[in-house]
Parts: sequence; C-alpha cells; structure tokens
Amino acid sequence: MPDLTPAAWTCPLPLRDYPHVVMGHGGGGRLSADLVEHLFLPAFRNPALARLGDAAVLPPVPGRLAFTTDGFVVRPLFFPGGCVGDLAVHGTVNDLAVSGATPLYLSAGFILEEGLPLADLGRIVDRMAAAARAAGVAVVCGDTKVVDRGHGDGCYITTAGVGVVPDGVTLGVQQARPGDAVVLSGPVGNHGIAVLCVREGLEFETRVESDTAALTGLAAAVLAACPATRAMRDPTRGGLAATLNEIAAGSGVGIEIDEPAVPVDDEVRAACDLLGLDPLLVANEGKLVAVVPADAADHLLAAVRRHPLGTRAAVIGRVTDQHPRLVVARTAVGGRRVVSTPVGEQLPRIC
Amino acid sequence: MKYLTEFRDGELAQKLAAEIRAAVTRPWAIMEVCGGQTHAIIRHGLDQLLPPELELVHGPGCPVCVTPVAAIDRALAVAAAPGVIFCSFGDMLRVPGTREDLFAVKGRGADVRVVYSPLDAVRLAKGNPARQVVFFAIGFETTAPANALAVHQAAQLGLANFSVLVSHVLVPPAMEAILSSPANRVRAFLAAGHVCSVMGYHQYPPLAERYRVPIVVTGFEPLDLLDGIRRAVRQLEAGTHAVENAYPRVVTFDGNRAAQAMLAEVFEVCDRDWRGIGTIPNSGWRLRGGYRRFDAEERFAVGDIRSAESPHCRSGEVLRGTLKPNQCPAFGTTCTPRTPLGATMVSGEGACAAYFNYGRLTAVGTERATCPT
Amino acid sequence: MCLAVPGRVEAVFDADGVRMGTLTFGGVRKDVCLAYLPDVGVGDYALVHAGFAISQVDEATAAETLRTFAEMGVLADELGEEAG
Repeated sequence: MPDLTPAAWTCPLPLRDYPHVVMGHGGGGRLSADLVEHLFLPAFRNPALARLGDAAVLPPVPGRLAFTTDGFVVRPLFFPGGCVGDLAVHGTVNDLAVSGATPLYLSAGFILEEGLPLADLGRIVDRMAAAARAAGVAVVCGDTKVVDRGHGDGCYITTAGVGVVPDGVTLGVQQARPGDAVVLSGPVGNHGIAVLCVREGLEFETRVESDTAALTGLAAAVLAACPATRAMRDPTRGGLAATLNEIAAGSGVGIEIDEPAVPVDDEVRAACDLLGLDPLLVANEGKLVAVVPADAADHLLAAVRRHPLGTRAAVIGRVTDQHPRLVVARTAVGGRRVVSTPVGEQLPRIC
Repeated sequence: MKYLTEFRDGELAQKLAAEIRAAVTRPWAIMEVCGGQTHAIIRHGLDQLLPPELELVHGPGCPVCVTPVAAIDRALAVAAAPGVIFCSFGDMLRVPGTREDLFAVKGRGADVRVVYSPLDAVRLAKGNPARQVVFFAIGFETTAPANALAVHQAAQLGLANFSVLVSHVLVPPAMEAILSSPANRVRAFLAAGHVCSVMGYHQYPPLAERYRVPIVVTGFEPLDLLDGIRRAVRQLEAGTHAVENAYPRVVTFDGNRAAQAMLAEVFEVCDRDWRGIGTIPNSGWRLRGGYRRFDAEERFAVGDIRSAESPHCRSGEVLRGTLKPNQCPAFGTTCTPRTPLGATMVSGEGACAAYFNYGRLTAVGTERATCPT
Repeated sequence: MCLAVPGRVEAVFDADGVRMGTLTFGGVRKDVCLAYLPDVGVGDYALVHAGFAISQVDEATAAETLRTFAEMGVLADELGEEAG
C-alpha cells in the first residue's frame, strides 16, 4: 500500500491544517473545496470529473444501460486485503459485471464522521481510485457530507454505477433449468473471515485476506466462453448459500451441490470451526457463480480457470427438478442437508 | 485442523454406518443429549446414513434453548439499564424474551457486545471503570468453568463494576428427568462429550444401572457420532446397559479436576427452571457465598421478573423427545427461524431450527420408523 | 451445547496472574486460557471452548481410535468384540 500520510500528498498544505475531518469539510465552503481539489480530483483524475459541473455529462453509449447502487459500511474500515474504499468500487462494479454489463462510470457519496484522520481518508480514496482504474471504470461525480462525532463509523460510502449491456446478453436468476451446471469461481468465505479477525473483541491471527476484487474481466470471460450462460451472481453477504437460494427461488428449481467440491481455504475452514460458522454462509467480495447448460460446463470451467481470479474454479453442483426452491448439499460423509439462506448476521457461537 | 478433520473422513464414515446397519434388527430411539451433536448430525446429514429403524431423538442440551424466558427478560432489563455494557456469547442475541430480543434492545441504544470468552468481559470491566459490565453466564458444565474463572478473576482484581447473570444448567439431572418420565421413549443416550471432558463420566454408571439404559460418551465429529451410535446400538441389541467412552482422546473418567475445583469454589447447586420443561431439582448452578456480590440479578434488582412462555410453543415436548419438531402444529407455519415462538427455533442447534434449516428434506420426505413407547 | 475445537499450544504466558497460551487451530492463532490445564506445554494439543482449554488431547488415543475405524469391516466377523 503506498504511503498516503498527508505529508506525502502532491499538494498537502491546505489539508495539513486539519489532520482530522472537521464539520467544515462537508460544509460546501473552502474546506470542502480543498478536499475536492487536493484529494478527490488527483486520485480519481478523469475529464468528466475535472469539469466539476453539477452533473457529469457523458457521451452516448451503444446498448442497454445497466444502473445500480450500493452503500458500504464496514467495521473496521481497514481489514486484511482491503478497506471500505475497495469494497465501494468492487461491490457496485461486480453488480454490473454479473448482470452482463461492461461497467463504465461510478458516482461516490462519502459520509464522513467528524474526527476521521485525514490520512485514513487519503488511504481509502487512494484504494478506491486504484480499484476503479483496475476495473476500468471512472469515478465521474461525487459528494461529501460530514456528521457529528459519534454519528457514524468513520466513513460510509455509497456508489452508484452505470454500465452497458451488449446486445444478445440476457442473464437472470429466472433462467436456471434442470440439468444446468453450477460453476463457482474460487474459494468462499475469505472476506467474512478477514473482517471478523480484526473485529473488536474477537481478534484472532490468520493469513486470510479479503477476496475483494473487480469481476469485470472474469464475467466477460464467462460470457465469451459460454454465450448461453443463464445466470451470473456474485455471492456477497449471506454467502454462497444466499446466492444459490436466490437462483433456486428465482427459477423455481432445486439446486444440488457437492459440498466437498466447494473450494474453501484451510484457514477459512479452521476459523469457521473455531467460531461455529458455516463457510457457505460467510461473505465474499470477489467471487462469481455461473449457471450454464451442462454441455458447456467443461469448456466454461477451463476458460474461468485461465483467468487470474478463477484459477480455483470448480463445478460445484447442478440444477434439478427435485426439491424445487431448495438448495441441498451432499456432504463429505455421504449425507444430504438443506442449505438455507441465513436469517441475519453470522455471529460466533459457543454452542 | 488436526484431530478434527481426520474425524470427518467420508470413507470411514461409510464403514461405521455399514456396521450400524448390520447391527440393527429392530427399532430403537437413541437420544443425543447435546445440541451441538444435533447440529453436527443434521449439518453432515448423518441421520441419512442410518437404517430406518434407528431414530435419533434430539435432547435438551442446548443452553440457548433451555434458558428460561424469565432469564432472557432479566437480561433484556439489565442490558437496557443506563451505563451498562452487556456482554454475551453470540448465540443469545436472537433468543426471544417475552416481547423482544437483545438485538432489539441494542437497536434502542443499549450497549450490547458479543464476546468470545468471558475473560473478554472482565477485560472490558477493567478498561471501563465508570461503566457497569455484565456478562450473561449461560451454558452447561462445559462453559461453566470459563464463567467461574471470570468471576474469580474479577474478585482477585477487586472489580466492583463487573457482574454476571447466571443461568447455568446441568446435564445428569436432565437425563434423569427424561428417563423417569412415564412418556419416555429413549432407550440409549449419547452423553455429551464436551460436558464429560470437564466433569468426567463417573456420574453416569448409577443412571445406566437404575434405568437399564446404555450411555455412550460421544464426540462431535461425524466419525465420533457414528461410533457413539454404533456402540449404543450394539448394547441395545445385546441387551446390556453399560457406560462406554467413545471419546477417549479428550474424556477421562474423572474429568478435569482443576476445572471442577474452580466450579466448586464459585458455584453451588440449585433448582433451575428449564425453558419448555419446567423446574428440575438440583439441575443448575448459582453463585456461592462470597461471590454473590457479583450477581447481576441482585445488583440490578431484576430477580423478581417473572415471565410466561408462548402457549403455542411445544418445545418442552421436543426437548423431552416426545414430539418431533415437524409434528408441532406451529412448525414452519407460525414458528420459523425468522419468527420463532421458542428458543428451539432460534438456536442453530435447537432441534426445531435444525429441522427447519437442514432437515426439511427429511421432514417432507421419508419419515423414519418411530419406536414403540 | 458446546462447540470445542482442538488446537496446538505454541506459547504459554501469564496475564493478570492467569495462565494463558497462544494456540494454533489449523493456522489460525488465538490466545486462550490455560488455567485448567496446568500441565500442558508447547507442542501439546488442547480442546478449547469459549476461550478456555478444557482438556488435553491424548494423541496416542486419537491415533488408536482412527486405526480401529480403519480396520473395521476388515474384521467384520469380529463385530461383537470390543475393539477399543
């Protein structure tokens, strides 16, 4: 991670006056302008943003528009493998990508808590900018507000994203059919465990890092290898279990997975055992599930594995006309169980 | 994880299951006492490896499920008191009291925190001398040593701002209550291995003898559970009723003496209400003598809170093994994990939630043969 | 009722007069209380519940149990015999 203490910024003087966020940074006056001029503009650097209009005016695009928004709150703000800034880009970009869209533009709304170290904001914005560049999107408009100390967890970010869906691409969770194969792009649970291990009161030491990543390239590789792909989803909160249940419910079909075929890192599994969690229910931020016709599964799997984010991809199960709307796992010992959508947040348990 | 993963081996599990199938000649009902075992059985689908004659009855060994609704209501009242930091294991946050749960109280501004260890709560008390820190000390004999040491350490450190809300329950009296019930159908027990790792299993031979019931100390991984079931079946078919230890890598006859000594120092036996079951004599622990000053019930004057359970919840029958969760009229209709009537639907190891979450295949599909009562 | 997992003791230390240890659970490290296992040392395995080691894992017995399972079926004829 680059050094982003205020002293290392390109034009640090005005920001160095206040080492922490103060109410004035959201007041629309000189301090707000300093933030834009010395932090946001240099980080996100693009012509549409540089005009600083009341709205970003963008050129026409060919195809149908995909448009989505998401809010990002995470505690702590920084965790192994990422921070709220990466999530704010990847979350929205991935929602576009798995809809079959090429992500183009993002907006970014910041709600900052009075007292947030400006150095932390600098690191967050820098990570956002790097994530946006890597995902091939431009942050073209934004807003900053500041709330009183004690009224926020340091920094909340809302991003909205626009992308364009090429002609002929129609993905949807209503389209899974019995016989289809279910492909998962890699191991699950890493993001949730990475955040839990630094959660106050729960600290444990692990090499697990968040898998937060932009799925733009991987999703494009899926569509290129298998134009007949029925549905794509990125399992985030609620884990793989929630995503599979959405597909089963959306299409009115059953899904059967082979639990041992679902890749899970050893340390993620160990942390889950320690805390009493089910890896299938733990959050991800850079995984993709694709439902494809069975005869395309091998070809698709090979294509996904060639992508850096998909080297550990696996066919984890199949769509069935048995037990409609239920997701069922075949366990390692040869039993079967229902995999439900979790009711709420995953809490460590002792019993 | 060493000494865990090896006991999940699929091939060995099939071997053990084959042994069980070969040994069973008629219907038997076996109770796994511990909710953690229920969870593992459903989670790994072990019930589906068993012959149809075998019925696993899910026992009352889930502290979340059996903590009485009055204890939850007292916890809610303490958590809502001004200046309190209320600490709990994650398990308890969604357990419904009469009107709400700890999440709801937290939503209204209470400082409710999930801790991993009771010592984390002591540390919080030390670091926040101006706040009252209360720990919700629930659990069976496995958890009680941790809670006892937390109280003991608070006494050593002279912490005046630490207290515990105690709702400890004991396994052997519950097993005896089940066995002595006229409606009892349980023919053999899988005793809770982790309780036994603390307490040993010297308490069980008299029970096995008096009620002529095989008791097998059993672990929590698939191979452990299948081995426990295999040994119970072998005894049932042979007509014997011995106490066996199928979890010898962590359980000894005497248990953990150091932990038992601390328990005796901090706690004394008392009668205890069990949610859904009622009062079982000598089935709980409360703070002893000099440690009573750490009792949050007294410190916050919530001991008088009395509460009634939902009249539609039949979790007591489920916990005693006389009703299967899916035989309850409320199951899956008015009572779901999202809208639980009783704690057996809340806890992931509660029999009702386990049925709902993992067992719906069994519930809607092949019903198992039930034993003659 | 009780989630407990085995970990290997990597270090033993004292905190506020209480015997503590750093244990590794398949690579995940966590500090737990060793007050109830006064005799375990570095390299030993202990079963941990709610941040407390409650029992030492008898490694020889664990291996013996697994061996018994592995031999099962091979010795199907001796089903009725106590195997360990």
